[in-house]
Amino acid sequence: MMLRLVKNKVAPAAALVGMIAGGLTISHAAGSYDFDYEMKYPHWHFEGPFGTYDRAAMQRGYQIYREVCAACHGLEHVSFRHLGDKGGPYYDENYPDPNSNPYVKAFAADWLIQDIDSETGDTIERQGTPADKFPPIYPNDAAAAGSNGGAIPPDLSVMVSARGGGADYLYNLLIAYDEPKPEKMVISPGTYFNPVMDGGAIAMAAPLIDDIVEYADGTPATVDQMAADVTEFLAWTADPKMEARKNTGLMTMIYLTILAVLMWFSYRRVWRNVEH
Amino acid sequence: MSGHASTYEPKYAAGRWLDKRLPIVRMGADFMTYPSPRNLNYWYTFGGILTLCLVAQIITGVILAMHYVPHIDYAFESVQRIRRDVPFGWLLQPMHAVGASMFFFAVYIHMFRGLYYGSYKAPREMIWILGCMIYLVMMATAFLGYTLPWGQMSFWGATVITGFFGAVPVVGESLQQWLLGGFSVNNATLNRFFALHYLLPFVIAAFVGLHVWALHHAGQNNPVGIEPKTKKDTLSFHPYYTVKDGFAVVLFLLIFAFFIFYQPDALGHSDNYIQADPLKTPTHIVPEWYFLPFYAILRAVPDKLMGILLMLGAIAVLFVLPWLDTSRVRSMRFRPVARMFFFIFIFACFILGLCGAKSPDDMAFTVGERVVNGESRLIGLNFVWLSRIGTFLYFSYFLILPILGLIEKPTERPDSITKSVLGDKHPKPAVSG
Ligand code: HEC
Ligand code: HEM
Repeated sequence: MMLRLVKNKVAPAAALVGMIAGGLTISHAAGSYDFDYEMKYPHWHFEGPFGTYDRAAMQRGYQIYREVCAACHGLEHVSFRHLGDKGGPYYDENYPDPNSNPYVKAFAADWLIQDIDSETGDTIERQGTPADKFPPIYPNDAAAAGSNGGAIPPDLSVMVSARGGGADYLYNLLIAYDEPKPEKMVISPGTYFNPVMDGGAIAMAAPLIDDIVEYADGTPATVDQMAADVTEFLAWTADPKMEARKNTGLMTMIYLTILAVLMWFSYRRVWRNVEH
Repeated sequence: MSGHASTYEPKYAAGRWLDKRLPIVRMGADFMTYPSPRNLNYWYTFGGILTLCLVAQIITGVILAMHYVPHIDYAFESVQRIRRDVPFGWLLQPMHAVGASMFFFAVYIHMFRGLYYGSYKAPREMIWILGCMIYLVMMATAFLGYTLPWGQMSFWGATVITGFFGAVPVVGESLQQWLLGGFSVNNATLNRFFALHYLLPFVIAAFVGLHVWALHHAGQNNPVGIEPKTKKDTLSFHPYYTVKDGFAVVLFLLIFAFFIFYQPDALGHSDNYIQADPLKTPTHIVPEWYFLPFYAILRAVPDKLMGILLMLGAIAVLFVLPWLDTSRVRSMRFRPVARMFFFIFIFACFILGLCGAKSPDDMAFTVGERVVNGESRLIGLNFVWLSRIGTFLYFSYFLILPILGLIEKPTERPDSITKSVLGDKHPKPAVSG
């Protein structure tokens, strides 16, 4: 009753005010589709002031990147040695220098790197070393677009930071392919419906299907599991110094808090005889 | 408080020798014993905080410049390398990026403080004008610096801002090309932006020197806006204000550290993690938060040149404020009507900031919906119109102040700073004008 009254009396009045203030009625065409997709927000191990990366998840995530995403996506800002850095997926206390970490060496050797033979000057391919960066997947943008129906697969190094939704965005993007498409929506050839992508259509076919990889640690490779794992890995590639930063942050906050208390008491003492 | 008598006495022969030839130690000593009003509150600690910000930006910036590569093909990559491979680069890079935001946060409080306590009035016009100069150069520095990481927002922000110059009648186009070193934002642009971004902080430092010189010549204002009359009204800068500023600085650093360590990206835009692509315009080009109010004023009018003039006017009007405010009462504490308009002004700044962040055609609020030709349309106020209201409120403050000073009746003011502190309760007839 009360509510109806408010609606009847106030809404037109407010509309009038709005119209006078605005000078006119503003129209807003409600043309875009509303997808019913409900974003999922899993708990990330790296969330919060004390969060760290889940090492096992990152290692599985690296496997997904290597066996699935690396068919199309590069990781240009990351070097193999980073995998063995403190805070990285394969950090080992016994190998403080990641260049001698056997996992890192083995992973690097698993990739072919374009190089120049220093004797002949010929272009050669050699095994990667920990000092190498992850190699580009395509020789140039034209080749990348040509192989993907015109769309260039973006580099994934900082992808988690490059989208407003961060890790949640990436995770949901990977699991949302099964959602039903709104009936009226037309998807052009070479693109796929994905409600998480801006506009609802993406040029990347669903990269993950159940059991597309066999996890080294025996974890069942469901789409959900793989999406979460590769997200954990890519969260690390985007922000590899997060753990060092949070550790230093904690010490800094404690130090500054103590300093603040001391400063407060100094202030009280200096000003004790001055009314102010 | 000009001409405060020097109390420095060199203790050693070497000190006396130097003092005769270059009285630099005396200058420092006089600085430390400078008589400051005894009633300065925490709003007055932001000058010291700003000095710290400037020093921090210069130190972190110089180190970053040793590793940064000002080339369109390598700039983005070099920032990533700083964050990944340069020792403590992961700390210095966010310190500098977050530092810029903290600097603006502090300067806005510092400026609002000046507005509230009437610190711009005689005899402090030069302090204020130098402050406005600093603010102007700060904005230029921040804009140039934001271009350097060569992300999408860097590139497109630079494109939009340099585009303003193209709107200048007659010479606009050639001016724009001269600034860019080409027809669009390109490698030459990035190089000169880097050179200037390195230069301008030292220009700011020079202006800060003048700002503080003028401050020490005219003397500091204070929350009641009454000049110190006796020795009892002032305190030596050290230790009273060094310790008070020090406490405030530590609190400020706590906020600063929180952002650096726990929310390093919160004040930035995620699009700047995408390397600049001249062929792909982002859906929304937004400047850094501290430019948003001006961005909203710019977009409030349909004509580009008008928008630019309004935006420049919004800054220029600050320079002439000392002559716009006709009231002889400084502090808003004793100007209830002006105080109300002051808060409306702050409110307008926030509203404009909000508008700057939103797409102009989006709705600020809706009051209903109606169907026109089978299409549903929302009724309400969109952000263009909200930014027009905000712009109107912003400028009206400067139009009202000259009139208000003549007609407003201020409340009664204490006789002296000391009395205001100790509580002088004797009723005195209010002195107007
Ligand atoms: C067959 C090639 C291919 C594979 C394999 C592939 N992608 Fe993609 N990906 C693409 C293409 C092409 C695009 C560009 C899509 C567009 O712009 O519409 C893309 C875009 C993306 C985007 C950006 C979406 C956005 O918001 O713009 C992300 C994130 C992404 N891929 C993640 C992954 C991950 C993680 C994997 C591995 C699990 C993967 N991709 C595997 C081809 C691939
Ligand atoms: C790099 C930026 C700046 C630095 C380092 C700086 C520094 C200082 C310092 C140390 C003081 C004395 C302490 C205080 O009152 O807080 C001061 C006072 C003042 N500043 Fe600034 N300032 C800066 C920018 C500005 C700007 C942008 C303005 C305004 C446009 C401004 C206006 C003033 C005024 C009016 C005073 C005198 C305050 C009073 O006496 O009440 N300053 N500044």
